Amino acid sequence: MIELAARKQLREFALEVELRFERGVTVLAGPSGAGKSTLLRIVAGLVRPDAGRVALDGWVLHEGGLDVPAFRREVAYVFQDYALFPHLSVLDNVAFGLAARGVPRERRRATAQSWLERLGLGAFGRARPGALSGGERQRVALARALAWTPRALLLDEPFAALDETTRLRVRDEVRTTLAALDVPVVLVTHDESDVAAFAAPVVRLERGRLVERQSGSAQ
Amino acid sequence: MIRAAVAIAAALFVLFIAVPLAALYLHLAPARFATMIASPSALAALRISLVTTCCSLTLTLLLGTPLAYVLARGRFAGRGVLDAIVDLPIVVPPAVAGLALLFVFGRAGLAAPALDALHVRLAFTTAAVVLAQLFVGAPFYVRAARAGFAAVERVYEEASATLGMGPLRTFARVTVPLALPALAGGAVLAWARALGEFGATIMFAGNLPGVTQTLPLAVYLGLESGDVDLAAALAVVLVTVALAVVAAARALERRAA
Repeated sequence: MIELAARKQLREFALEVELRFERGVTVLAGPSGAGKSTLLRIVAGLVRPDAGRVALDGWVLHEGGLDVPAFRREVAYVFQDYALFPHLSVLDNVAFGLAARGVPRERRRATAQSWLERLGLGAFGRARPGALSGGERQRVALARALAWTPRALLLDEPFAALDETTRLRVRDEVRTTLAALDVPVVLVTHDESDVAAFAAPVVRLERGRLVERQSGSAQ
Repeated sequence: MIRAAVAIAAALFVLFIAVPLAALYLHLAPARFATMIASPSALAALRISLVTTCCSLTLTLLLGTPLAYVLARGRFAGRGVLDAIVDLPIVVPPAVAGLALLFVFGRAGLAAPALDALHVRLAFTTAAVVLAQLFVGAPFYVRAARAGFAAVERVYEEASATLGMGPLRTFARVTVPLALPALAGGAVLAWARALGEFGATIMFAGNLPGVTQTLPLAVYLGLESGDVDLAAALAVVLVTVALAVVAAARALERRAA
C-alpha cells in the first residue's frame, strides 16, 4: 500500500492530496495539467513535495527532512515516452534494474529474456529500442519496470504515445500483465476510455485536488 | 556577377589556406623527410609531445568532466561567472597564459612557498609543459562536454534512478555513454590544441631539448638555428595530425547530431 499526503506548489495551483493506493491497479484520472504526473513523481522520489509524507507498505519514503532517494525506493516507473536507453540493447534495457542490484550478468540476462518472451518480444533482445515500433517499446518499458520485482509500479500515460489501433491492443495486454501483479499499481491517464477499460478503482484529480474516488466495478 | 565574385572570394580564401600547407609537404623529398624525422632531436621532440599531451589530456578528462557536468546540470549562484572563467583561456593570448602560470608556479610565484615546502619545482620542467597544455587545451573539452551533457535528456537519468542506479553509476552507465560523441569530439580538440601549444609553453617551460621541447618548439628552434629541413619535417607531422583531427572531429560531430 502506498500512503501519500503531499503538498506541492505548481505554477498555477498547489497540488494538495491525501490518499492511499492499495494493492492492485488504481487509475489516476483527470485532465492534462491537473498534477497527476507530479503526484507520481513525488511517489517515485523524482520530485520533493513542499510538505507531506510518503510511505510504501509502512516504509517511510519521505517525511520532513527524511527523503529516501529515488534509486533506493524500489518503485518502478514507466515514463510517458518510455525513456528506453537508446545506447543499450532491448535486453540490457530490461536487465538494467537487475544490474543495479548486482545480479550477475548471466542470471539477469536470463531473467530479462524470460520477461521479453512473456510479453511476446523474445526475438528482440539484441535490437536497439530505436528499431522497435511504439507498441513494442511500450512493452519493453513495462518489462524493464517489472523485471526486478519492484514493490510498486507507476505508469505515466502509458498509452498516450501510441496510435489508436495499437493503443487498444496494447491496453489489453497491459491490463492482463498488471492484473497478475501483487503490488500497488498506479496508472495515470487523461483518457476516459482508459478509465472504462481498466475497471479498477479510480481516483480523479483536478487542479491539484482530489475530486472523486470510486471503487472498481467488474466488467 | 555576384555569384562569380563570391566564387572568386571563396576560391582565394581556400587557396590561401591550402597552398601554404601544401608547401610544407612539397618542401622535402620523402627520403630527406625520413632522415630528418629519424634524427635524435626530432625523436626527442616527438616523445616529449606524445608524453605531455597524454598527461594533459588525462588531467583534462579527470578535472574537466565533473566541471562540465556541473555547468550543464547544476543550478547555483555564480554559474555564469564560472562558465566565463572556463572559457577565458580560449581568448587569453598563450604568452600571457605562460606569464600568468609563472606568476603562480614560478620560483617567486604565489605557490612558491608551498612548492618549496614539498621540494617540488615546476617551472621549466616537463610538468610545466603539461600544465601549460592543460591551461590552454582543457577549455575546449569543457565547452564541448558541457554542451554534450546538456543535450542528454534528464528523463534517462530519472529512469536510471527509478531502476535503482545511484547517481555515480547513472553518470557512468547512462549520462556519459549518451554524451560520448560530444565528449570524444571535445577531447580530440583539446588534445590537438595541447599538441600545438607554443606560447605558454615557451614562457613557462622554456625550450629545453629532451625536457620541455615539444614539436612546435622544435619547429621554431629548427628555423632559428638554420635547420629548415628539420623544422619542415616536424611541421609535416603536425599538419598531418591536424588533418586527422579535423576529420575525426567532423565524424564525431555527425554522430552527435
